[in-house]
Amino acid sequence: MIRLEKRPEPSRGWTALTPVLAVVLTMIAGGALFALLGKDPFVAMKTIFWDPILGEYAFYYRGQLLVKAAPLVLIAVGLSLGFRAGVWNIGAEGQYIVGALCGGAVGLAFYPAEGWYIFPLMVVAGALGGWLWAMIPGILKTRFNTNEILVSLLLVYVAEQLLAASALRWLKNPEGQGFPGSRNLAQYPAASNPELIAGTGMHWGVVAAMIAVIFAYVLLNRHMTGFHIRLAGQAPRAARFSGVSPSRLVLFCFSVSGALAGLAGLFELTGPAGQISIDFNVGYGFTAIIVAFLGRLHPVGILLAGLLMALTYIGGEAAQSTLGLPAAAIQAFQGMLLFFLLAVDVLINFRVRFGRAMA
Amino acid sequence: MSEAEPLLRIEGLTKAYPGVVANSDVSFSVGPGRVHALLGENGAGKSTLVKMIYGLVRPDAGRMQLNGAPYAPPNPNAARASGVAMVFQHFSLFDALDVAENVALGMENPPPRRALAQRIREVSQAYGLPLDPARTVGDLSAGERQRVEIVRCLLQSPKLLIMDEPTSVLTPQEVEILFATLRQLAAEGTAILYISHKLEEIRSLCDGATILRLGKVVANCTPAEVSARELAEMMVGQTLITPTRAAAEGGKVVLEVSGLSLRPATPFGTSLKDIGFSVRAGEVLGIGGVAGNGQDELLAVLSGEAPVAAGAVRVDGRDVGALGPVERRRLGLLAAPEERLGHAAAPDMSLTENAMLTGSGRMGLETRGFLDWRKARVFAERIIAEFDVRTPGPSHAARSLSGGNLQKFVIGREILQEPRVLVVNQPTWGVDASAAASIRQALLDLAARGAAIVVISQDLDELMEISDRFCALNEGRLSPPRPAKGLSVEEIGLMLGGAHDLEAAHGTA
Repeated sequence: MIRLEKRPEPSRGWTALTPVLAVVLTMIAGGALFALLGKDPFVAMKTIFWDPILGEYAFYYRGQLLVKAAPLVLIAVGLSLGFRAGVWNIGAEGQYIVGALCGGAVGLAFYPAEGWYIFPLMVVAGALGGWLWAMIPGILKTRFNTNEILVSLLLVYVAEQLLAASALRWLKNPEGQGFPGSRNLAQYPAASNPELIAGTGMHWGVVAAMIAVIFAYVLLNRHMTGFHIRLAGQAPRAARFSGVSPSRLVLFCFSVSGALAGLAGLFELTGPAGQISIDFNVGYGFTAIIVAFLGRLHPVGILLAGLLMALTYIGGEAAQSTLGLPAAAIQAFQGMLLFFLLAVDVLINFRVRFGRAMA
Repeated sequence: MSEAEPLLRIEGLTKAYPGVVANSDVSFSVGPGRVHALLGENGAGKSTLVKMIYGLVRPDAGRMQLNGAPYAPPNPNAARASGVAMVFQHFSLFDALDVAENVALGMENPPPRRALAQRIREVSQAYGLPLDPARTVGDLSAGERQRVEIVRCLLQSPKLLIMDEPTSVLTPQEVEILFATLRQLAAEGTAILYISHKLEEIRSLCDGATILRLGKVVANCTPAEVSARELAEMMVGQTLITPTRAAAEGGKVVLEVSGLSLRPATPFGTSLKDIGFSVRAGEVLGIGGVAGNGQDELLAVLSGEAPVAAGAVRVDGRDVGALGPVERRRLGLLAAPEERLGHAAAPDMSLTENAMLTGSGRMGLETRGFLDWRKARVFAERIIAEFDVRTPGPSHAARSLSGGNLQKFVIGREILQEPRVLVVNQPTWGVDASAAASIRQALLDLAARGAAIVVISQDLDELMEISDRFCALNEGRLSPPRPAKGLSVEEIGLMLGGAHDLEAAHGTA
């Protein structure tokens, strides 16, 4: 029989090892799943994990890696601060949309003017939009003690309606022959977010994600606010005793995660997406939740997890097209990653003992 | 008496955990109808020993016999079936349920409700433990809750009753009632294993005592025949330091509380009603009272966790009522709550981080929000060294420390910040005798340096030893402080009991 024995202290070794173990277990279970679907599991794993980086067509995929990872990392870093403090912003997808809409609206308002100041103004507007959308659950929670999980999640669907209305009416391209969608910002130089180094996928969103990772690392390890965030998550009563104001902490966490999600939306809109369309959002805000936990809510971990998750997206798409794997199988594969991570997490705080059953 | 066949005989019991031997070759026996004390410091192995007897932990080696037959309970159910019952130090009761429902939850085959209520009434009357089966547990005092636990055990007619520190939550009057019950049980032939570190109690109640130190039996004695001091020295293995009080008088008023009222944050909390007192520099004010009468709330109000009306709390004449913990610490008002893990300290954080928890401001561990971890580590190391905290180092998690060691760390952290006012709740709860003595001495030294100190405690001996003035909390009201010198036990009991006396608890439903 297997017994679990609580460790006196969390194991540092396992804290670092469990993500790796989770990836290995996902590969095994995912491979079994693909084999049952009649595909060679080894070829599938190679297509997903190897080809996008080192395969024949890697020059195409490599750029995609940063493009996909940047919004995930940017959003997940913001969310991780709240998750550490026990503040559950589940609605980053909505903040992402509203950030893109606000930033995009500012850019479209200047069209066709040229000026260096236009893009920075859009960035500010994007962050403000995400921040505003996040303030709704934040203020409702601190004022009326509503459940922030529910409110932030439901606001995603409100944001999707705003997106549809924008694409169909408010921000519709007047020269678009009646097709839904805004002007293409990627073709409006003053408002575009181009690739900074050709072929790498490096755009301003990637730069912002790197800055966010460093900012979060310094905040958590060197600053009082970060210390209070960790304290509030681990021991809420001790946090109050220390002098943390729970309301201010909730608002801070929602501010940062909302603004970063808004930024991610804006960089996506002005770069890879180009225009506001009905299907502008593709679920980065939700996937970022997985990325945050996969990265142990640690900024550097999130950076790695974001790259890994981006890889499974790109590799998954490749597997769909070259091997004919169904999209649902790829989604299940990505879901397994979080499942196994949470399952092996038990090793951090518990020691597994194999021994005789208690009589 | 010992020539009679013992009810429980323990031979060579040994239990080791990774890195520590909790019990090593422990032997003793308890005869029927005897009250046997198990005495020892924290970490001496008392809990592990009774857990083995109660079937919660299995010994690595050694034998137990019950009534002459081999006894090795695999779990508490088996122990109960053999006639062994235990009353834990921390109650396992549901506040929202009534007494009968709580009792039924602990039974394998509870009888119908009405029959059970009848049984509870019979047993509680037979043993002088007044208890109304229909009352909600959330409304009961700590003493009454303990009665629920005891009655729950007595319904099984146990042959051996284990009691883990039963008097820590009782008023002197309630202790007398409990002792009468225990003596009656013993007279009827029930053996009682009594764990405590209150030496006077053991001397008045117990027929025999086994003293444990570091997991080994160091002595067996008849408590009535040795002095409390001798018992303590056997237990600690060294001569006790008795705190010496350097009386300081006529300092100026540092902490002033007046007209302080607070509504409870939770349905089972206690509201504070019009509390007023003042403490002078160099003075120790002791606040006694049975747990749950507003101690936690009072500490929260003073620490700044629960802000109150302007003017209710003043430090050096300055109104701090609306200020939070950080501003109050800056003005010199520091506090150490009762609950060490989760309130005074964050369990999963290192001692360095826990030093930062309250020390950031006064110890200069931060500059404009940025933290100096090197300085925090030095501060943590200083606490560890000066307060004899047993730990391999400041990078270890708070939860890896034993309760007594963490308490030393928490108290040391506040004392080393040289507060103007220090408020502590239960400063020596669960701390062994020598550590408790050094904590008390550190508090007195702090007072001698001119700080005003408020000690909230349920340990009356402790309060009598260190307080200049004494008052008691009862249902959120504070009795007027009186000089501690010359107070009799009866007077103290009445201050503690207040409107909450035993007859009232018995009569009103």
